[in-house]
Amino acid sequence: MKNRFEKVVFYAIVTVIIFYAVFPFYWAIVTSLKSGSSLFNVQLFPTNPSLRNYIELFSEESFIQSLVNSVVVSGLTVILSLIIALLSSFSLARVRFRGRALILMTILSVSMFPQIAVLSGMFELIRYLNLYNSLAGLTFCYLCLVLPFTVWVLRGFLQALPKELEEAAILDGCGPLKMLWKVFLPLAKPAIATTGLLAFIAAWNEFLFALTFTLSSDKRTVPVAIAMLSGSSQYELPWGHIMAASVVVTLPLVLLVLICQRQIVSGLTSGAVKG
Amino acid sequence: MQATESTPLLAIPEPGLMKRFWNFLLYSRVLWAWVFLAPTLIALLVVAGRPLFGTFWLSFTDASLLALDEAQFVGFSNYTTVLSDPDWWTAVWNTVVFSVVSVGLETLFGLGIALVLNSTFPGRGLLRAAVLIPWAVPTVVSAKMWTWMFNDIYGVVNHILVLLGVLEQPVAWLANPSTTMAALIFVDVWKTTPFMALLILAGLQMVPKDVYEAAKLDCDSRLKTFFSITLPLIKPTISIAVIFRSLDALRIFDLVYVMAGTTKGTATMSVYARQRLMEFQEFGSGSAASVLIFLIIGFFTVGYLWLIRPSQRES
Amino acid sequence: MRQLRNFLLAGVLGLVAGVGASAHADAAKKITVSCGSNGIERDLCIEGTNEWSKKTGQRVEILSTPNDSNERLGLYQQLLSAGSADVDLYQIDVVWPGILASHLLDLTPHLSEKEISEHVAGALNSNKADGKVVALPWFMDGGVLYYRADLLKKYGQKVPQTWEEMGKVAKLILEKEHAAGNAELWGFVYQGRAYEGLTCNALEWVASTGGGTIVDDKGAVTINNPQAAKAIGLVASWVGKKGSITPEGVLSYSEEEARGIFQSGKSIFMRNWPYAWALLNSKDSAVKGKVVMTSLPSGTAGGPRAATLGGWSLGVSKYTKNPKEAVDLAKFLTGFEQQKMRAIKGSFNPTRVALYSDAEVLKANPHLKELKQVFLSAVPRPAGPTKTKYNRLSAEFWNSVHAVLSQAETAESSLKKLEARLAKTSNGGKW
Repeated sequence: MKNRFEKVVFYAIVTVIIFYAVFPFYWAIVTSLKSGSSLFNVQLFPTNPSLRNYIELFSEESFIQSLVNSVVVSGLTVILSLIIALLSSFSLARVRFRGRALILMTILSVSMFPQIAVLSGMFELIRYLNLYNSLAGLTFCYLCLVLPFTVWVLRGFLQALPKELEEAAILDGCGPLKMLWKVFLPLAKPAIATTGLLAFIAAWNEFLFALTFTLSSDKRTVPVAIAMLSGSSQYELPWGHIMAASVVVTLPLVLLVLICQRQIVSGLTSGAVKG
Repeated sequence: MQATESTPLLAIPEPGLMKRFWNFLLYSRVLWAWVFLAPTLIALLVVAGRPLFGTFWLSFTDASLLALDEAQFVGFSNYTTVLSDPDWWTAVWNTVVFSVVSVGLETLFGLGIALVLNSTFPGRGLLRAAVLIPWAVPTVVSAKMWTWMFNDIYGVVNHILVLLGVLEQPVAWLANPSTTMAALIFVDVWKTTPFMALLILAGLQMVPKDVYEAAKLDCDSRLKTFFSITLPLIKPTISIAVIFRSLDALRIFDLVYVMAGTTKGTATMSVYARQRLMEFQEFGSGSAASVLIFLIIGFFTVGYLWLIRPSQRES
Repeated sequence: MRQLRNFLLAGVLGLVAGVGASAHADAAKKITVSCGSNGIERDLCIEGTNEWSKKTGQRVEILSTPNDSNERLGLYQQLLSAGSADVDLYQIDVVWPGILASHLLDLTPHLSEKEISEHVAGALNSNKADGKVVALPWFMDGGVLYYRADLLKKYGQKVPQTWEEMGKVAKLILEKEHAAGNAELWGFVYQGRAYEGLTCNALEWVASTGGGTIVDDKGAVTINNPQAAKAIGLVASWVGKKGSITPEGVLSYSEEEARGIFQSGKSIFMRNWPYAWALLNSKDSAVKGKVVMTSLPSGTAGGPRAATLGGWSLGVSKYTKNPKEAVDLAKFLTGFEQQKMRAIKGSFNPTRVALYSDAEVLKANPHLKELKQVFLSAVPRPAGPTKTKYNRLSAEFWNSVHAVLSQAETAESSLKKLEARLAKTSNGGKW
């Protein structure tokens, strides 16, 4: 930030970014405070804001249950996938062995099929494993959904770390697990936090698997619960409710980012490299 | 960076013994590598292997919802059905246009936002959270929300554009294929730029700060620093982000389906496959379309990886 | 894992209940019903099934499904193709019996002639596949025309009897209103997005002009005829920029978009389902008290009217473990008393003819009197003759119509191409 001009340009950019990212969300909030015919009128500021949609939303017990389910499933997915992916990405990043490229491609290829195509097969599998209509089953599927991403991203970051670190660790008599835990983990913290966050959101927002692999309302996740909201008939879209629900669904994620703040920005910038 | 300086320690006497020690370590490391890989491979094999194989198999049969048990092997006829369908090729073209433009824009914007987020200024924590919001709204909902916002009569997009004087008359954005495609790309860029930005930010965060210090000493201009130092260092991160964004863009479904329905002018490959699989109950040709999508995406990915290979080897 | 849990649970229950009482607990069977989304549908479903439980001593579990019918069909498809016994009773769309028939129980043996004749004929026939009744009609729908009575009166216009007349009335009022400064007014909105709703709309235009129902009863493709082309061409000629009768945006409208525009007073005519009635007359509606609901115009003076038949039925899964109870529940829920309760409390239009002259039902829904004729003669979509390929046909049809509406093609050439494609899809009319 050397001169004033640069500063002005910089803040102008920041403003544009904020407007671009946040305006639709602001619009969702405005809409969620309206109901009835006013939904079809464009007002940049709500004239008669009312929390009715939120109250009605939360008076439905199953919605709160769905929120809890979503937290559990996404949380478990992230924790499990990070553990599994850290191990494998460590191997793929730091060890040279035959077939490495092939394995990388195989892992990636799982993400190349349209979700809809694997739905039937996955459905049979889940039923076969007796995991149908359970959060465990859903977690299991999400694991497969996010693993290619987490493995590849973490591998990318681990690969970028200097080789000398490893050699020093070996000389210190570190086993591979200890090396991963003590040396690489602290350095890759921003990468892990970011990957975890993105994986969390992917699981949090997933709809098709959640709809198909759960049945009873006490097992459903939030996106499915939103799809089940209805108005006074099949055709009426309960727009106010849907918007209220999506605001409610988005806020925990924003909070999560604010909490993860420290983890997202640390690592090498804070001079964490200790030999 | 003391670790870098401590390398001379490696020069330990007794080369013969040392070599055996290294070999042993190397050997055991390969062993460990496989042990570490096992959970991922097993999980993917169990969860994804069977369904993927199932899709391959179905694509060679005439299975339908009505006659799942009596599915007959029909060779490549499902593939010829799909490949000779002009709608399929339109869908391929739509998907490619959509993916190239949206991923391209996302990369540019994502990089820009990441650079802004990476600099120190008051309130950047809040900005980071704000930027993430689009990614956090469930796609199904955000697609419906944008459909509402793009409405020609009561949509806020027209309202604002007319208010700002950009448009004279409201535009029916979702009424014809080209403006619909533009709207789809706009929404996709809105929605997934945070993904790019966050990943690139993580890449930037992992660039050691002393690299910049050195550049500053050399009195390089900031633009030059960016192109000669920052960009090469975060290139691997960008490539990975681009790969995963492309995989998602090439498989785009919800957004198109909600905002534009199955209109041929904007239908993507996944919309096409879903229509055959779920709406027409043609599991055979639907699976064939899915396998073709897989092959097309695989082709793109391999091509892309091959293109960026040299730069990856450097690092 | 589930078995283990059930085993443990059974053990604990056994201990608590004691051996003597356990025989009684076994008797209650559990029936799972899928009946719509959360909200009023779920509430009424709970009310209905509770009554049945009280009567029979069986347990009922309610399953909510997505509001979007395509998502709902996808879910059913997974469950049925896996032969799942998790759901016993499915609420199915009136065009799905052909698609799902092989997974549903034949209900014909459980129905007497009289029971069959009590339903609106069109609704019941739509639930037949290969001559068997595979689902029982639960509630129904039909397309209707809404118009702004105040505007028509202001300019001394009569209610249009034909589509052409409607276009003229709309044009006339629009010109005058635009000149008077009501610049945001449009003439006619409907469901023009490329989806099932467009098939419903276009079928009404075509059928009321004497252009048939895309495919005839025997499965022969009839859509390529001058009347059909005329009907679609006429509606398409209204679409355009400012000054036209229908906004271009109609190409992306489904039910709610059309209602939104009409409800904010920005259109003279609207085609929609009866659900909009209550909402248009709600407290904060801009058109409250100014709207009249009537049957859609005809293609020719004094000619036929057509309303596309919509609605939902209850079908029993072939894979149910308790077929007897499931069938009983289906009959109970679609019975006279239940349909009456649902009509009064939730405005679900009954499928039983007798309810259209029931005083209590009419008191709660005065508009049903008008709808009776519309519903009794409602035109079914050709789901019967096209069997499993209905969705295929419908997608082809709506895409063709969409192309005409967007002025990418003329009605004649689009229908000609459609005919060729359908001939191929239908295997020469055999489907």
